[in-house]
Amino acid sequence: MNDEPLLIAEGLTKHYGRQLGCRDASLELYEGEVMAVVGESGSGKTTLLQMLSTQIEPSAGRVLYRMRDGSVQDLWTMSEPARRFLLRTDWGYVHQDPQLGLRMGVSAGGNVGERLMAVGNRNYASIRTTAADWLGRVEIPQSRIDDTPRTYSGGMRQRLQIARNLVTAPRLIFMDEPTGGLDVSVQARLLDLLRRIVSEMRIAAIVVTHDLAVARLLSDRIMVMKGGEVIEAGLTDQVLDDPNQPYTQLLVSSILPA
Amino acid sequence: MTAPVYNFAYLDEQTKRMIRRAILKAIAIPGYQVPFASREMPMPYGWGTGGVQVTAAILGPRDVLKVIDQGSDDTTNAVSIRKFFTRTAGVRTTTATGEATVIQTRHRVPEAALNENQVLVYQVPIPEPLRFLEPRETETRRMHALSEYGLMHVKLYEDIARHGHIATAYAYPVQVDGRYVMDPSPIPKFDNPKLSDCAALQLFGAGREKRIYAIPPYTRVTSRDFDDHPFEPYRHDASCELCAATESYLDEVITDDAGNRMFVCSDTDYCEHRRALGHGPVAASPPAEAVHD
Ligand SMILES: Nc1ncnc2c1ncn2[C@@H]1O[C@H](COP(=O)(O)OP(=O)(O)OP(=O)(O)O)[C@@H](O)[C@H]1O
Ligand SMILES: [Mg+2]
Repeated sequence: MNDEPLLIAEGLTKHYGRQLGCRDASLELYEGEVMAVVGESGSGKTTLLQMLSTQIEPSAGRVLYRMRDGSVQDLWTMSEPARRFLLRTDWGYVHQDPQLGLRMGVSAGGNVGERLMAVGNRNYASIRTTAADWLGRVEIPQSRIDDTPRTYSGGMRQRLQIARNLVTAPRLIFMDEPTGGLDVSVQARLLDLLRRIVSEMRIAAIVVTHDLAVARLLSDRIMVMKGGEVIEAGLTDQVLDDPNQPYTQLLVSSILPA
Repeated sequence: MTAPVYNFAYLDEQTKRMIRRAILKAIAIPGYQVPFASREMPMPYGWGTGGVQVTAAILGPRDVLKVIDQGSDDTTNAVSIRKFFTRTAGVRTTTATGEATVIQTRHRVPEAALNENQVLVYQVPIPEPLRFLEPRETETRRMHALSEYGLMHVKLYEDIARHGHIATAYAYPVQVDGRYVMDPSPIPKFDNPKLSDCAALQLFGAGREKRIYAIPPYTRVTSRDFDDHPFEPYRHDASCELCAATESYLDEVITDDAGNRMFVCSDTDYCEHRRALGHGPVAASPPAEAVHD
């Protein structure tokens, strides 16, 4: 494992017209590390995540990524095809709303297999075997491989989305509120699964959540955002047990029930 | 009879120039869908207005026009398009594939090999092969631009998962010259191999969707498939009951109220040509009349 950072963000800023989305956010993420981004609604978490994952272009700042060949590239000076290739091979993006991350009219097998086909796999049997294997790993019965996600529960859809993203063994995965909108018991199971897979595969992850319990369970490090700025960052346990900022203290005391 | 109120072949010269520019661009970028300002034609969209506009733009006074619909020269659609050009351009028409210089077609490629002096014009309802899985046009355009064609295989994957084999029988997607993935229009996949390395220029016109695309002569066209589920052209395992052809694409036609059926060539000109050469029903199979009580 390489001890250079996998992802480096420097001074990321985004204005939506006159509205500030995120100001001067910087971070370094290492291989296999899980970073949580927490903060109240409108604090800029999604904006930051979308800049990091090149879905929106920053007004200022840059994102550097260490490619599989070891070279470090500025993501916004990379060509669009290269960037899109990276997005569907070395990265994953799990949306809060699985309908945005899945093809609802395509079978589960097709959803998982799409990335394999996108990188040129032309063997049906191998695509199907790999898809079935991944369904098993996210605890979806393999008998459901030919069903579309329309027939799946919310938790299953989210797990399918995860399988679809992980099938190319990415090194980095972005997740925006992956457990949002799910029942508590369904959330717990999903979190368990995420934690297991991320540590088994040693994937680096950036997880946006406003649930501090999710952050505590999944992440090694945490960033606290407020009003578009990162106001506190550090090891998750340290920040949550002994917050520096009054705002973080408030967040911890109000959201973490005894 | 040429109606004097119309310009030659109905469209005004400026419109034809605009369409020809789109055609030239389409030929320069094989398989790429070129947008064009599709005009209202005096017929409904389902009747091949895209093909008609392409034909109108390339037709010259010495051209000989053939129009086929599902292989036949005699359907209402084929007859009315032929009449339209007889009336507006005064060109000679034919049903013989070999005599035609321009062939406008819906849903078939003629059986007879085409030559370098011919242009085949296809009527296209939906030009975008990725449409059914990705309805966003901005996204499909980007996929074409970046050759991101994984989604095309998702469609074929779904076919096999559902039916055990690639069940797509018409409009089977092809890749042109190793680059653009293209919808060959709703021809049976039996015809796909004829698109490749064809001596004639092939033009595709979609009227409602305002797109023109092309396959220049002698261009390699491959049908998309999986290594373990290779592309297979399909035809009924039978011979034509009129001309005994065993290589042509066959239509199954119902011959009477009792539901009796027979197989005949879908390409009527090909079938007639063979019969004129003395090919007839195979001795073993009963003549069509014999099935009646
Ligand atoms: N497309 C947009 N146009 C204008 N303003 C936007 C846009 N997207 C976000 N904003 C604004 O930017 C700020 C940060 O929004 P962002 O979506 O990043 O917050 P968030 O922390 O993800 O919130 P939530 O927890 O509700 O998802 C907010 O003030 C928001 O209103
Ligand atoms: Mg958000």
